[in-house]
Amino acid sequence: MSSIDLKHVARLARLHLSDGELQFLQTQVPAILAFVEKLNEVQGLEKVEPTSHPFSLSNVFRTDMPGPSLSIEEFLKHAPQAKGRFFQVPKVIEDKA
Amino acid sequence: MLQKNECTQKDVLESLSKARTRDAERKINAFVHEARPIHRKADRSSPLWGVPIALKDNICVEGLQITCASKVLENFISPYNATVVEKLLNAGAVLYGQTNMDEFAFGSSCETSCYGPTRNPRDPQRVPGGSSGGSAAAVADHTAIAALGSDTGGSIRQPAAFCGVVGIKPTYGRVSRYGLVAFASSLDQIGPITKDVRDAALLLGVLAGHDPKDSTTADVPVPDYVSFLGKSVKGMKIGRPKEYFEAGLNPEVAKRVDEAIAALKSLGAEIVDLSLPHTKYSVNVYYIVAPSEASSNLARFDGVRFGHRSKDSAALLQLFENSRGEGFGAEAKRRIILGTYSLSSGYYDAYYLKAMKVRTKIKQDFDEAWKKVDAILTPTAPTGAFKLGEKSQNPLEMYLSDIFTISANLAGVPAISVPCGTVEGGLPVGLQFLGRPFEEEKLFQLAHAFEQATGHHKKLGNVS
Repeated sequence: MSSIDLKHVARLARLHLSDGELQFLQTQVPAILAFVEKLNEVQGLEKVEPTSHPFSLSNVFRTDMPGPSLSIEEFLKHAPQAKGRFFQVPKVIEDKA
Repeated sequence: MLQKNECTQKDVLESLSKARTRDAERKINAFVHEARPIHRKADRSSPLWGVPIALKDNICVEGLQITCASKVLENFISPYNATVVEKLLNAGAVLYGQTNMDEFAFGSSCETSCYGPTRNPRDPQRVPGGSSGGSAAAVADHTAIAALGSDTGGSIRQPAAFCGVVGIKPTYGRVSRYGLVAFASSLDQIGPITKDVRDAALLLGVLAGHDPKDSTTADVPVPDYVSFLGKSVKGMKIGRPKEYFEAGLNPEVAKRVDEAIAALKSLGAEIVDLSLPHTKYSVNVYYIVAPSEASSNLARFDGVRFGHRSKDSAALLQLFENSRGEGFGAEAKRRIILGTYSLSSGYYDAYYLKAMKVRTKIKQDFDEAWKKVDAILTPTAPTGAFKLGEKSQNPLEMYLSDIFTISANLAGVPAISVPCGTVEGGLPVGLQFLGRPFEEEKLFQLAHAFEQATGHHKKLGNVS
């Protein structure tokens, strides 16, 4: 297991890691991956269907009928920042220098 | 006792409240916040009338704070009830106390909580197991009559074993997960942790059933579990998979399980040697599947709609990254990184797809076994409770403490842990029975017969 680009993975996960955390994970993550790579021993998987759920499930539909739900105020009560009927976030489109 | 009027609801709650002062003094730390009892008007004949139940703090109760023992969920008040909460309230139960856990249920020792670790009431130098460590510790310490936990890879059964109580992970789809904060959606199940098998059977009867709010619940009738208690186990075939008795198993634990096998034989059960050849890959499969699903489920904690938001972020991307970086603890970060990596482009086939295929092989091993036996017996964990700090710096070693419990989650089958004696001069160990999907009644029947014949649950008695 060669070294992995942790900074890239952290960016994909939208997760800030401190330098200390990066250093720590740089040794731990490859060790865990080496452990899971024991699965390479298992032969004859080409024709095996993958299991994503323990039992075969088909999509469950419900009738498309409006029902009671929580109010906007109820949802916004938990928002770290809200304005009017909306969640508030910092600027999404960055200025071009 | 309550229904017969031998004591009042107030008596019970007061005695629990008193016991919880002792919990605080001994720093067991089984609960995350001060609790007030919550109940609904119910008929006296309701199955759980007046019975206080503690909940793992990843189950939503309307109007109560829910934390998952994580900073990222700070100040979140649940706006609705989980389906299991509705069912408990309708059955007359009193919700009383939310229990500590590993952050987002990531762990096997209850040490990754942002509220600090829970300690094992049987020996406070040791962990209670995890991730439902608070629930198991509270039941063992008599600060709860019964509790709910959740189990993704052993999080109900391993702490139940370590604390000397009973815990069952039901079949996948048996109990609704609506209102349970998701960890790994194809593995998670809610189940009871109790002092004996009867309580577990009674509670699961209330919790089980199809729920239109959780499309993964199965529309399979719920039997009267309690009616199976006391039935003879004569002639029942119990498999003993050789892979669960190989290297790594503490010899004293092996001895307790051998004694359990002898006890079951004398009850008339037939022990059948068998093999589950792919079971040795369970932990490997799990540490791809579970972090992958977790990394996806935890994407919702982004600092926008609820939970922790970083204060100093000028742009949206930084807001996401900083809020998550500040809010999640070390184990959560490790799993998000692992999961994101194994799902990322170029690695998906090598990791996630391969793990899903080996999962199929593990499941097929069980399908084969059910042609020969009614249930399978294993130790619940390879050792008794370990010391605080003993494994917390070594994630791989920690992961291996779930080596015997994970396969049930991967295959979706039900599994119960019941006390089967002690090792190292007093540390409880558990015996695990696994069963066919939706045959929890057989597990209760077996576990109850074993419990009544050996009396291990009573021998553990009061905590020191």
